[in-house]
Amino acid sequence: MYFTSYQFALFLLILFIAYYLVKKKYQWILLLAGSYIFYAFAGIEYLFYFATTTISTYLISQKIKKVKAKQKEYLKANKAELSRAEKKEYKKVMKSKQWHYLLACLLFNFGILGIVKYTDFMIGNINGILSLFNGEPLSFMNFALPMGISFYTFQSMGYIIDVYRGTCEVEDNILKLGLFISFFPQVIQGPISRFKDLSQTLYQEHDFDLKNISFGLQRVLWGFFKKLVIADRILVAVNTLIGDPATYDGIFVLVGMIYYAIELYADFTGGIDITIGVAQMFGVHLTENFDRPYFSKDIAEYWRRWHITMGTWFKDYIFYPLSVNPRMLKFSNWSRKTFPNGIGKRIPVYVSSFIVWFATGIWHGASWNFIVWGLLNAVVICLSEEFKPFYTWFHSHFHVEGKTYYKIFQIGRTFLLMSSLRILDCYRNVPLSFAMFGSMFTKWNLPELWNGALLNLGLSMLDYIIIIVGVLLMLTVSLIQRKGSVREKIYQKPVAVKFLVYYVLIFAIVLFGAYSIGYDASQFIYNQF
Amino acid sequence: MEDLLEILEELHDDVDYDTCTTLIDDKILDSFDIVTIVAEVNNVFDVQIPAEELVPENFNSAKALYALIERLEDE
Repeated sequence: MYFTSYQFALFLLILFIAYYLVKKKYQWILLLAGSYIFYAFAGIEYLFYFATTTISTYLISQKIKKVKAKQKEYLKANKAELSRAEKKEYKKVMKSKQWHYLLACLLFNFGILGIVKYTDFMIGNINGILSLFNGEPLSFMNFALPMGISFYTFQSMGYIIDVYRGTCEVEDNILKLGLFISFFPQVIQGPISRFKDLSQTLYQEHDFDLKNISFGLQRVLWGFFKKLVIADRILVAVNTLIGDPATYDGIFVLVGMIYYAIELYADFTGGIDITIGVAQMFGVHLTENFDRPYFSKDIAEYWRRWHITMGTWFKDYIFYPLSVNPRMLKFSNWSRKTFPNGIGKRIPVYVSSFIVWFATGIWHGASWNFIVWGLLNAVVICLSEEFKPFYTWFHSHFHVEGKTYYKIFQIGRTFLLMSSLRILDCYRNVPLSFAMFGSMFTKWNLPELWNGALLNLGLSMLDYIIIIVGVLLMLTVSLIQRKGSVREKIYQKPVAVKFLVYYVLIFAIVLFGAYSIGYDASQFIYNQF
Repeated sequence: MEDLLEILEELHDDVDYDTCTTLIDDKILDSFDIVTIVAEVNNVFDVQIPAEELVPENFNSAKALYALIERLEDE
């Protein structure tokens, strides 16, 4: 059941009415039932994966909780008898027990994700090697990928790590934990929530708060506008450009990069707007996943503002533990002695970065283009770090920092850099991606743009006008957001203005939504991850 | 505390660490800085800061970070 389907609208309406009609103490149960029904539409057999992750996470969290309670009790009872060293040793043993439970849970659940998502990728690579020696190729397993498995696995494993670290409460009700893992608006494309944040509002009793609901609805409509009017419209041209690389090389690669940047932004942020808006209609607050990322002045800032919850997940649960574990600290000591002048300090950080970006790449998809994309991100981030002294020198000599024109240059540079890396996401083939990128510099076919080629990509002049107006609208909203909530500003306007906003948005979605020009609303890009 | 200030000043010498209490909130320190600090602290103080302690509250000011080091030394 896609967000853009009529089925979803009907499902949402029924759930919404029931939610505010039932006794408030049953609201969360209704959300759980709704989430499982929503998921069952993708395939009843997938519920098995869901339930397995929920049960295993619950059982292990209870085991860890028991070990923690036992430790607390023992230390309290023997406070006077135990020496400091004995207490330390006891804590170490108990921590090790918890670690083994955690490890079992991580291996089990990431194992499931690994098997269903990466088995065929591994087989493909093995077959590639076998073909060099004329070996018999292995058969592909063709596992069906459960919807949103990367998202809900990460969310539940984040929870179990937090339980191990003692940074969140342990949920004793398995059904409540089940809702945290399965909450339907976020299960297919995030945001990846933390238990301590989401549990604040997920299990609460919610009144029919008209302001909150109307804010949620506005956000949903804005999300549909971005998805159906902008993303799904420009998608046609993106597919044409990517689908025929022999014809569309040179300057068309740059056009494709820009079009894809617009499509991806409208698609992903639109999807997240719908997600957060739907949750808000039920009184549930979800973490924001974007902070106007295309206004970033460097790539590190971009990754702090794009898909924020994924970035912080990788930072908190992989980058930090990897960087500060005793082995890495030992390596760090060796590195700084071996390579003086600062680089020795940075090498261990760069090693961790490459590992994290490899993981980020493969999380996006089981193919080499995503791995190379991830590693290239690491290369750019590490190079930026190495260039810092140059930037400092440049800024102090030319006094450009903070100047508007320089900010625009930095924003443009970051946008083009990130768009260049995304070529790997577009063509999904590493050699072809590099060849197409290279063609921008070797094939000079700029004049073709003025010969009507842009109108042969599947978009009419009207489509272009709608896209340009849509992009300008997104840009305006982003600029207004710098000074506060757009919806709060609309809320303070007279009723007539508020309704006008509703009508204009609905009118625009119905009239200009891409479904009205002859094709179905496509799936969200991030669903496939 | 002086050793800690030396570590921090080596990373960003334009920050007043005596008064600044928003090192993370104002994005003065990024994740690269944090892991560099952890390695330096390990080297200078012989204290290992575990991953669960890498939270804004512990890194927002030099004072908070020093309190963390003292707490970990006591444990």
